[in-house]
Amino acid sequence: MDQDPDAELLGRLRAGDEQAFVVLVRRHHDAMLRLACGYVPSVAVAEEVVQDTWLGVLRGIGGFEGRSSVRTWLFRILVNRARTTGARERRSVAIGDPEPAVDPSRFDDTGHWAAPPERWIEEADSRLDAAKLAGRLRSAIGDLPDRQREVVTLRDIEGLSSDEVCSVLEISEANQRVLLHRGRSRLRQALETEFGRA
Amino acid sequence: MLPKLLRTRREVVCQQAVELVTDYLEGALSRADRRRFEKHLAGCPHCTEYLAQMRATIELTGTVTAEDLPGPVQDEFIDLYRRWRADQAGETQDDGRG
Repeated sequence: MDQDPDAELLGRLRAGDEQAFVVLVRRHHDAMLRLACGYVPSVAVAEEVVQDTWLGVLRGIGGFEGRSSVRTWLFRILVNRARTTGARERRSVAIGDPEPAVDPSRFDDTGHWAAPPERWIEEADSRLDAAKLAGRLRSAIGDLPDRQREVVTLRDIEGLSSDEVCSVLEISEANQRVLLHRGRSRLRQALETEFGRA
Repeated sequence: MLPKLLRTRREVVCQQAVELVTDYLEGALSRADRRRFEKHLAGCPHCTEYLAQMRATIELTGTVTAEDLPGPVQDEFIDLYRRWRADQAGETQDDGRG
């Protein structure tokens, strides 16, 4: 495993170095706030969740054993707090429920495409207004069921590895892949619906 | 060379292929399933396009940053830290007395 870039800071923080705390906050604040925003209704509440998380980090620092990376540990605390604070009425899809990546009506009886994917990549690459695309994607991410949104955000926006995501969300590899697959499939469909040309 | 048994297995159809995309990209397919998937792609432009779209979706998602979210207010975090230190010192003192 690579050296954890935060391990040294955490050591200094344990020793009572205030500056180490400031550096650690600066390094992770944006990602934590982005993540928290997925759970709570406003940025102000998300900021409270982040502050609350840091307090939890300080209180728990003695118990951190370095079995996961510092970032994974921070995110796990954040997710748990954001879930509790959020308690936002959202659609939740059980992992056992079937959820096809593509609407079954788009295939014929033999399972071959009847309505093949409309093209949109070239559109996204060239003519499309970047802000419009980002806006559409952001709202599609916001519309994902909770678990899917968590996995997609951590993997594809924050760039965590699948191992890290499993550790942050305390889920199995297999469930992580199912949620990632469903989330990404919905986002692809959202982009096709918005920008596709038959 | 695929074992004889697998060569006789049924071909992947489009509706199955779209469900294998993430496992394929994650490297989670068995070697035999990966070959069946790739064999299907080789003969199916729609599923090839679909895979490209899934890759593009992942890439585009990675470029999405939140709208102007506020950065950390340094003073607030320094306050937080100092309050925690003070609490800790208080607890230590209590322990000493108790």
